[in-house]
Amino acid sequence: MTAQRARPAREALKETGGSSPLVDVHAHFLHEGCGRSDWAERNQSRLDAGARIGITLHVASILGSFGHTSPTYFPSPEDVTAGNEAMREIVRAHPGLVAGYVAVNPNHVGHAVAEIERGLAAGMVGIKLAASRRASDALLDPIAALAAEHRVPVLQHAWQHRRREVANQEISDALDLLELAARHPAAAFILAHIGGGGDWAHSLRALRDAANIWVDLSGSGVDRGMLELCLECVGHERLVWGTDITMDTGWAKLRALEAMNLGSDALEGIRWKTAARLFRLTL
Amino acid sequence: MEDRRPALPVDLVDHNALVGPYPFRRLPDPTPERLLAELSRLGIGRAWVGHVPSIYYRDVAAGNDELFRLLEPHRSTLLPVPAVNPAYPGWEREVERARAERCPAVRTYPAHYGFAAGGSEMRALGSACANAGVELVLTVRLEDGRQRHHLDVAAELLGADVRATVRAHPEVRLLVTNADRALVEEVHFGSTEAEAARVRWDVACLWGPPEDHLAALFRAVGRERFVLGSHFPFRLPEAALITVELAR
Repeated sequence: MTAQRARPAREALKETGGSSPLVDVHAHFLHEGCGRSDWAERNQSRLDAGARIGITLHVASILGSFGHTSPTYFPSPEDVTAGNEAMREIVRAHPGLVAGYVAVNPNHVGHAVAEIERGLAAGMVGIKLAASRRASDALLDPIAALAAEHRVPVLQHAWQHRRREVANQEISDALDLLELAARHPAAAFILAHIGGGGDWAHSLRALRDAANIWVDLSGSGVDRGMLELCLECVGHERLVWGTDITMDTGWAKLRALEAMNLGSDALEGIRWKTAARLFRLTL
Repeated sequence: MEDRRPALPVDLVDHNALVGPYPFRRLPDPTPERLLAELSRLGIGRAWVGHVPSIYYRDVAAGNDELFRLLEPHRSTLLPVPAVNPAYPGWEREVERARAERCPAVRTYPAHYGFAAGGSEMRALGSACANAGVELVLTVRLEDGRQRHHLDVAAELLGADVRATVRAHPEVRLLVTNADRALVEEVHFGSTEAEAARVRWDVACLWGPPEDHLAALFRAVGRERFVLGSHFPFRLPEAALITVELAR
């Protein structure tokens, strides 16, 4: 048997963007304080690739100085503030195309709460928690309470099944996030980058009955079988699309979902409708 | 000036596909028939195909028997890439079989087979491949290190391993799969021009925007050194196509 060449690859790729909105719930931008000479080029690359993919809204965060003046996952209060200010500037520069999370370090909980209040008042649409403090820790309770009060989601950085400690992070996995979500049933949480490293099946099995935890599809991982298990365990209703720092793999997962013939309701939900509800966006 | 060169070759070949089950997680439908369907869906003409179980068999020749049998009905599209363990008796016959069967390459997995990538076995295999005119495929990793099963302890391929192998014979040609940007750069700039010209890389695990690793490597190493590789049935095959497309 010879493979039938149904259509050239380039032609197939052109069809990817689609005409409906596409929300990337897990984006990052850089800023001058990150210490990278190519920070503006990387930001432009994200916007250019987003245009080709068909992204209509990047929901993004800046994690302090990304390691330049304090650790990426343990940013100083000063770097947290500078990063959030830079994020708000990017949102202002791209109205309607970029929305922002407020990123905080819960170890400085007073600063974190103030930062969230200031950010949400300025139009930020969510809260980003990286790996500064384990998700199950009580220090996160005031932050989760604020999220519920303001009805904004919390995007929680995760390592899919943590089996050990990892340098430079206080990593969390789905089981840790489950504890926080159970204490705050009125808050909405997003488990970050199911393809971002670790045993994704472990997370998906754990989250099957967690009604207030959504799963973002970003990450460099494009394992076959992962999307099928996402649909089986959390359903299309709790899946949201994203890219993180590999937009190519995000696009690949979107293409694969399209090829799975999910039905337009399910696909539209993953592309943008569920995100629009979570972030209370009008798209 | 706008770059008008095509991002994708006219006749697409997936240089990094495999078939067969994997011991550490379920790979959905890892069959030649599914691979053919995926190639058709994505407009890819042919594939070089290895055999997952042969990575774990002690007697790799038996795994090659299975691979040739699986691919026999599809040989115009699926080109077998048998495995060779140069630390096991009879390995020279597997290289000779690959040459006789017009296979484009053979695969080897030093960490899984338990020999040193910089040692005498690899030098012998490199020489045999050069003499047989088949490319030697090395795999940096099968899965992301963060998700591996606790029994899956084989070390990842190092840049030093690749550099040692390309020096095994002045005419040995290597295809290294599933490398990241750092490893490509380490080997490229850690080799002579003549050595680097004998190493090709697949794109399966290279990053696209916004970090643009593949685009940077096209500029630094030369796009002629890169080939399409999907790492089917482990990874979604559209990912490699998209990474190349976005590298323009």
